[in-house]
Amino acid sequence: MGDDLAEGIRQICAACGNDRTRMMDIVRQVQARYGCVSSRAMDLIAAAVSTHRVEVESVVSFYAFLSTRPKGRVIIRVCDDIIDRMRGGERVAKAFSDALGIGFGQTTPDGLITLERTACIGMSDQAPAALINDVPVTELSSDAAWEIARKLKAGTPPDKLVQRIGDGQNAHPLVQSMVVNNLRLAGPVVFAPLETGAALRKALAMSPQEVIRDVKTARLRGRGGAGFPTGMKWDFARAAEGPRKYVVCNADEGEPGTFKDRVILTECPDLVFEGMTIAGYAIGSDTGILYLRAEYAYLRAYLEDVLERRRKHGLLGRDLGGRERFSFDIRIQMGAGAYVCGEETSLLSSCEGLRGDPKNRPPFPAQKGLLGCPTTVNNVETYCCVARILDQGPGWFAQLGSKGSPGTKVLSVSGDCRRPGVYEVPFGVKLAEVLQMVGGQEAQAVQVGGPSGQMVGPPEFQRTICYDDLATGGSIMVFGPGRDLLEVVDAFMEFFIDESCGYCTPCRVGNVLLRGQLRKIIQGRGEPADLENLQSLGTAVKAASRCGLGQTSPNPVLSSLKNFRSLYETRVRENPDGLQPTFDIRAALGEAERITGRKSAVFAQ
Amino acid sequence: MSSTVTLTIDGVEIQAQPGQTILKAAEAAGVYIPRLCAHPDLTPHGSCRVCTVFVNGRPQSACTQPVAEGMVVENASERVTDLRRQIIEMLFVEGNHFCMFCEKSGHCELQALAYRLGITAPRFPYQFPARDVDASHPDILIDRNRCILCGRCVRASRELDGKNVFGFVGRGPHKRVAVNAEARLADTDATAGDRAMDVCPVGAILRKRSGYTVPVGQRPYDRRPIGAEIESARKPGA
Repeated sequence: MGDDLAEGIRQICAACGNDRTRMMDIVRQVQARYGCVSSRAMDLIAAAVSTHRVEVESVVSFYAFLSTRPKGRVIIRVCDDIIDRMRGGERVAKAFSDALGIGFGQTTPDGLITLERTACIGMSDQAPAALINDVPVTELSSDAAWEIARKLKAGTPPDKLVQRIGDGQNAHPLVQSMVVNNLRLAGPVVFAPLETGAALRKALAMSPQEVIRDVKTARLRGRGGAGFPTGMKWDFARAAEGPRKYVVCNADEGEPGTFKDRVILTECPDLVFEGMTIAGYAIGSDTGILYLRAEYAYLRAYLEDVLERRRKHGLLGRDLGGRERFSFDIRIQMGAGAYVCGEETSLLSSCEGLRGDPKNRPPFPAQKGLLGCPTTVNNVETYCCVARILDQGPGWFAQLGSKGSPGTKVLSVSGDCRRPGVYEVPFGVKLAEVLQMVGGQEAQAVQVGGPSGQMVGPPEFQRTICYDDLATGGSIMVFGPGRDLLEVVDAFMEFFIDESCGYCTPCRVGNVLLRGQLRKIIQGRGEPADLENLQSLGTAVKAASRCGLGQTSPNPVLSSLKNFRSLYETRVRENPDGLQPTFDIRAALGEAERITGRKSAVFAQ
Repeated sequence: MSSTVTLTIDGVEIQAQPGQTILKAAEAAGVYIPRLCAHPDLTPHGSCRVCTVFVNGRPQSACTQPVAEGMVVENASERVTDLRRQIIEMLFVEGNHFCMFCEKSGHCELQALAYRLGITAPRFPYQFPARDVDASHPDILIDRNRCILCGRCVRASRELDGKNVFGFVGRGPHKRVAVNAEARLADTDATAGDRAMDVCPVGAILRKRSGYTVPVGQRPYDRRPIGAEIESARKPGA
């Protein structure tokens, strides 16, 4: 036993080429095998890959799915986002806790099971949900939680907990998951059938420049939310000099309420990989990386299998399509639980085996990205669009959707509606039409674009989903009449605090302060001036933060202040005693009064 | 192609070298842009955000943003100054900063910036975090109560000392500067001669037994505001 750890780490590091840029793979394997990356393990890893211990610790301490302290062989991660809470997630959480006899963050005394909370795992349409190690369990009830806990305590392995199997490829032998697609509306771009390899063949019949021209003619913009023109990004990456170039697919779908990439990766992975291969051809890259969030690890074996099949069919590998010297392959890089890694430069840091801190820009990834090489990072859905554009032609694509936003958008709809799930709609659709489609007409508010997007009310429902009006990476959360919207805002701020990387001051500190001010108002201790304070602080955090996380994290507060101001106004009041309005003089005097044994003569009331 | 770039800072035209950052270009022209994580001997970090300026109307960190021809930079306006005040105030409430008891007082860049920007008290509530002190090393003291996570020590150890004594661990509000050992600075290869021990802008990393070699009242920021040395180099008429 004594040196099982040293030997195991030696093997793991050697299998990763003792390459410190593969730190994520190394620490994930150590975590899986030993239940933690202990202090000694960090020393051993540092020695094996010739780095410093503090560098290993900086990585391990960053990601939610890694730990320096021992955890149980089974980790239950109960999804703790607002949608899960609305659907009874707190009861499920309590049931797990009661059944196991432990609190959150604790491990059963026998070292078998650890109970934790985690941010949105991409199952909002089938909430409440949890991850048991890599296995998602969905549509939970208290009874289901008790049953799962009972089986786990009896030694049932997590994958044997799955008793009903989901639809479509969720039933694939390598997936075998209870997750369902809830694909309610298949559009012509992403969810239409495509003969595997057809788009790539057409691309390879053109020059790389012509491929980029087609993507530009189609006016394709990034589907992750920021909406940068894809063709322009590829132009930069093509033009940039570097020893090699990379094509990265951002499948770190972490925006709460977003789960469309999960369904795309389940149902049309070939379309994604085909788009990536076309990108490789266009920019002159031979390496693609799919960065897959840890929450979707249950899809990994299936996706590896799809890649293997593509290699067999000559769609990946050397000299593709007879094009001399165009070789391209794709590997999967697993994340380890960090929303910020959805930010493209953080994602690249993570791929380099570092903390998921964003990088300074410039240089932009297209100039100097992964390991300093020109890199294009695009969203899962964007690559689907690319493949479709090459197959159907840019003209066909550009006539879909609205004028400024061609094509379709895949929406993930959750919350208070009758038909939550995935909808591929043309850009330019009105929010009201979406609500009708999903059965959420009674909504008092809709969060468009997830917490980093905007909270809008009925006066805004005639606005359209597109880049120039209501932009969204896909998340649409519906809140019915009974919901306390300030609690929703509070949950979103809690999320951003948990997920901030902590690199820059405004995001690290400002979000904590914003939430503090918000809680004060929610608890009825706010004064009218606090609304201005919230506005001013939120504006400062947006302006001064370094990356997209901090630049959008105050949006829940700012957009609800704008669109639902009365909710705030009814909860604040002037303090009648004329002191600083939020200062509770009676509470402050309490201790002194107890000690002296008499009441204050001045502040008797 | 001209070998210099022309930009304006608060309406004043200055010349800069291509590739220079806004911060360096301003400094060369005698214009002070407040900063904390930036240090002349270290690569830019872009983390404290105190040097935020508006470039053609958009906020950017001056320490990382390169100059460009025709750039319009807003540095000393009220909106930029208030943004900087808010950031400095955030740093004050995030840690435990008791200037009156701190041996760095008068040498402290955070304190000096608060004075320069006219901050009397932070507008935000103090967070009073529980932070630790590491006095294990015979010659060096780490007081994390005062750490502002600027990363100067982390970079200096790597870039100037060729070591790796410090590193960031944790994330978000739990982020902290750790040492390259299980817990104690004494278990690293840190020495009092390391440049990493010189660069702390606040009183988080101190050499022991040297705190009062310069009496209070005669310290640099007791006499002149921070940035005055840069502004005194400003060319007349510029």
